[in-house]
Amino acid sequence: MRIEFDREKCQGHNRCYMLAPDLFDVDDEGYAILRDAGEVPAELERQARLAADNCPEFAVVLVEE
Amino acid sequence: MTLPQRPAVADWATDFDHTHPDYAAAAPEIWDDLREQCPVARTERFGGAWLPVRHADVAAIAHDTEHFTSKAVIVSDFRGLVDAPVGYAPPITSDPPFHQEARRLLLPAFSPKAVALLEPFTRQFCSSLLDGLAASGSRQVDAAVDYAQHIPVQVIAHMLGVPPEDGDRFRVFIHRILEAPGQTGPIEPEDTLTFYLWQLIEQRRTDPGDDLISYLLTTEIEGEPLGPEHIVGTCALLLLAGIDTTWSAIGASIWHLATHPEDRRRLVAEPELVPTAVEEFLRAYAPVTMARLVSEPVEVGGCPMEVDDWVLLPFPAANRDPEVFDRADEVLVDREQNRHLAFGLGIHRCIGSNLARMELTVAVEEWLRRFPEFEVADPEGVRWSTGQVRGPRTLPLRLPEGA
Repeated sequence: MRIEFDREKCQGHNRCYMLAPDLFDVDDEGYAILRDAGEVPAELERQARLAADNCPEFAVVLVEE
Repeated sequence: MTLPQRPAVADWATDFDHTHPDYAAAAPEIWDDLREQCPVARTERFGGAWLPVRHADVAAIAHDTEHFTSKAVIVSDFRGLVDAPVGYAPPITSDPPFHQEARRLLLPAFSPKAVALLEPFTRQFCSSLLDGLAASGSRQVDAAVDYAQHIPVQVIAHMLGVPPEDGDRFRVFIHRILEAPGQTGPIEPEDTLTFYLWQLIEQRRTDPGDDLISYLLTTEIEGEPLGPEHIVGTCALLLLAGIDTTWSAIGASIWHLATHPEDRRRLVAEPELVPTAVEEFLRAYAPVTMARLVSEPVEVGGCPMEVDDWVLLPFPAANRDPEVFDRADEVLVDREQNRHLAFGLGIHRCIGSNLARMELTVAVEEWLRRFPEFEVADPEGVRWSTGQVRGPRTLPLRLPEGA
């Protein structure tokens, strides 16, 4: 599973940071920062799915191989 | 003052009125009907307004700052005094590019990390309110009046740095603005919220603290420090946007738990599920409907929108669209896929969303910890607000003996 994050779409809802703190941080203004783009470690796949499924702006996308 | 009853609505697709008591009583059913027969409703009231109810249409309008302006966000017969880009209450009434500058000043104060610091205070305050309710010995309490409405007022007073000894005075100001506009007789200029905030700002200028006013005094816009007018305006915006909305969300959540004992028991047994349930309550009972004015002619959902038409953005209607949400009309406290837009979409996403979520989560957790059993005492006594902020304004509950 790969994770992609579109900073242009992010409006700082912070759902990803709350649900997937091992994958996302936030900057001082509350916009998301993807810690590591690309392949999601197996143990973080659930967090990745929650982040993607709860982003109101569709800014987090998972690519399943 | 009693407002005259608004004329009855003949047809919700062509004559809707979101300020009518019939809308307050049955909005979800009205949205569901409209979504099937006419996804963008129209009314000639308010000088002409549209009501889209599909997620796709609401999202498209929220993201479109070229054809829609935020210079007025509350639908009325009147279309706004101060032109965008600044508007009368920046940044909610601002358009790009000024909007971003005004918003960036405030964003750090509302980031998740800043809001987390307010949680212990909020929890302690909720707990003290519940102590008071339990100590009163009454088996009937109004969860909207005696609990929900106090929480956002106290949290915002704390954020602004209102000293505890001014708390009662501050609550009187808020009560006058939100609940009894124009009903309190003549008021001395020294006895107004604006005057009070002005004094507080001057006091913080010489003696800064760890509060939002002190922070705003250190910020600049276009290289100039913020004037007291801008700071007073910002405080007023936070009060007006942050209180009845959060009050509504807390009240609606407790109403749901009072009327759905199986969900209540599950959250009492699994308190770690509360944050997930809170998102579902926000989806199902999203309190806020925003509005825009059309600034350039545009077509949405096949409807031709003209300049100066109002367009409502009913986020709670979009949240019930089965195109986006499975079992959209059911409240599932463990819903894991939840892209709800209770806080809007796009550049005007509610700046206080982290604060509201924290308050709502803490309010529900503390209530359930204190009162795991409760029910609606009188269904006829539950009154939902009309207009663009929807939530229970009275919520009489019965507590079991010995609670």
